[in-house]
Amino acid sequence: MPSDSDNPHFDARALRSSSTFPEHVLAEIHRAADQGVYEIRGFGAKRSLPDFDDLVFLGASMSRYPLEGYRETCATDVIIGNRYAERPLHLNIPITIAGMSFGALGANAKESIGLAASEMGTSTTTGDGGMTDEERNSSKTLIYQVLPSRYGLNPDDVRRADALEVVVGQGAKPGGGGMLLGQKITERVAEMRNLPTGIDQRSACRHPDWTGPDDLEIKIQELREITDYQIPILIKVGATRVEYDVALAVKAGADAIVLDGMQGGTAATQDVFIEHVGIPTLPAVRQAVNSLIDLDMHRKVQLIVSGGIRSGADVAKALALGADAVSIGSAAMVAIGCNRPVFVEDYAAIGTAPGFCHHCHTGRCPVGITTQDPHLESRLNPKQGARWLKNYLSTMLLELQTLARACGKSHVLNLEPEDMVALTVEAAAMAQVPLAGTSWIPGRE
Amino acid sequence: MEFDLTIDALRHVNQALHDCGHNHGDVKPFVIRNPKGRHAVAVGMTHEIQVTVDGHVGYYCGGMNQSANIIVRGNAGPGVAENMVSGSVLVEGNASQYAGASGHGGLLTIKGNTSSRCGISMKGIDIVVGGSVGHFSAFMAQSGRLVVCGDAEHDLGDSIYEAQVFVRGDVESLGSDCIEKEMRPEHAQALDRLLEQSGFEFPVADFRRFGSARTLYNFKIDNADAIR
Repeated sequence: MPSDSDNPHFDARALRSSSTFPEHVLAEIHRAADQGVYEIRGFGAKRSLPDFDDLVFLGASMSRYPLEGYRETCATDVIIGNRYAERPLHLNIPITIAGMSFGALGANAKESIGLAASEMGTSTTTGDGGMTDEERNSSKTLIYQVLPSRYGLNPDDVRRADALEVVVGQGAKPGGGGMLLGQKITERVAEMRNLPTGIDQRSACRHPDWTGPDDLEIKIQELREITDYQIPILIKVGATRVEYDVALAVKAGADAIVLDGMQGGTAATQDVFIEHVGIPTLPAVRQAVNSLIDLDMHRKVQLIVSGGIRSGADVAKALALGADAVSIGSAAMVAIGCNRPVFVEDYAAIGTAPGFCHHCHTGRCPVGITTQDPHLESRLNPKQGARWLKNYLSTMLLELQTLARACGKSHVLNLEPEDMVALTVEAAAMAQVPLAGTSWIPGRE
Repeated sequence: MEFDLTIDALRHVNQALHDCGHNHGDVKPFVIRNPKGRHAVAVGMTHEIQVTVDGHVGYYCGGMNQSANIIVRGNAGPGVAENMVSGSVLVEGNASQYAGASGHGGLLTIKGNTSSRCGISMKGIDIVVGGSVGHFSAFMAQSGRLVVCGDAEHDLGDSIYEAQVFVRGDVESLGSDCIEKEMRPEHAQALDRLLEQSGFEFPVADFRRFGSARTLYNFKIDNADAIR
């Protein structure tokens, strides 16, 4: 900024930035003018959205009976996928790890996540690009994604998976396909995806062999026949027309539904997609639960919620709204070092800084998570990463139990909407819980 | 061994097909009668066995096939031999949409015609169609070969990667980034072998070859016109 000492007519107090054109908007217009193509980036939505922070719990008092925080049991185990599957998933905690591809993530990151999830007794999930031996071996419970691209989809891997997840959409980009830019396409990644090295991979946004819910029902029948009805089949949707999508997923025969709100992360997609498509996780959960209740399928078809889950409080609020479990992706990456203030000069070299980095798409991750570069990847020790993630999951779990006990619940799935109120009118309307200090739920008679 | 799908449950039949490989001995051919358009017949095969389906099948017959040789004595519904990795599937009649979708290997032969998106997202499979293919066939085809002995409807090979497409008849139009390419001797030899394996006797000289112009491999704004 110029100094007023340079010019007697200059008054810094008179400078007023535009609310319509703040600095980041100006920078984006300049970048677009220079490059002529939309911005592609990683991470999730950066705009402010209604979220679980807008809800608070009503701890026990005269009319409710709390549980002792350090003495009385508050169970956390969940079963996922017992609608049709012979072998449903039995998870010790209601926090699972979301699908993230080998390719987007390096092998050390995948191994860290698998080891931590296994120690905590929960599941992890493959991504676009298939299953690696490292993640299968490090993950006690591994969910295998069936994505539109079908990159690396292998019948042997289908049979060694603990569950299948048919990905219809993703919260960061409902209606769009995945991206993996050429700089991350090493020989191993290219071989797994049957594509040349170095090309920009733009995955399909629709499945190649079905086009609607009626087809999907038949597709799921095929997958069940292939797996001899042994393992659960989940359907993942990005949060948009949630009530319809959940009902159609139930009709299509899902054992469980993964619902990803717009705060959900990605390794690479258009910024305009991340910021402008989909609805936040908060209203999405409530709509999904309503749909399941209407069909008498709540708790029969389990609901796993993802997109912006950061703490035990977020988990507790999602469960209280009726979810059976949550899934974390971005937060798990942060736990193993994403945006940690180390190797600051390497953040600068890719044009960012710790706390602001969304440069997963570049393949130059300074902390060795979203990279295929051996030098950068060596910065993440899988055992250290696993320890960090285990600690983080343990912390979330303790927070979740603390809140559940305070509400008098001996199992975290006993949390209910009546345990919460909203701090804003918007959150009250979206979550369908009363505005704090009132009995008013916007939209209800 | 014979099954009759008017009597035997599909689950029972597929389970028997999956379990037969555990015997580690010679497995006799299977015949499945009266499929009557049922979906997911003979899917998830893992062993080198012969399966004949005597009639028309619905969706996904031979899906995710590994090693088995499957013959359909009739027409096939959508997604026949989807994601096949090895072995073969022969359809004696016509096939519906997405035939051979995302197949990684093996040989899919269709004596008649196929509907749209034949070979969509193919990843190494070989597909030979005796008749014509519908629109957007070989869409986003990554690798492998699609041979069309008849005509191809519009937008053939849209957004194609490294797959090779051979067409004997007319091509209504090519999709984004798909172009006609020179038929070099190695292509002609490979095509000749595929035709022979599939039981067709058309002269190789009748075919033209199509593939990717590769202008969309790395996104540059000045190549955006390739997307129509």
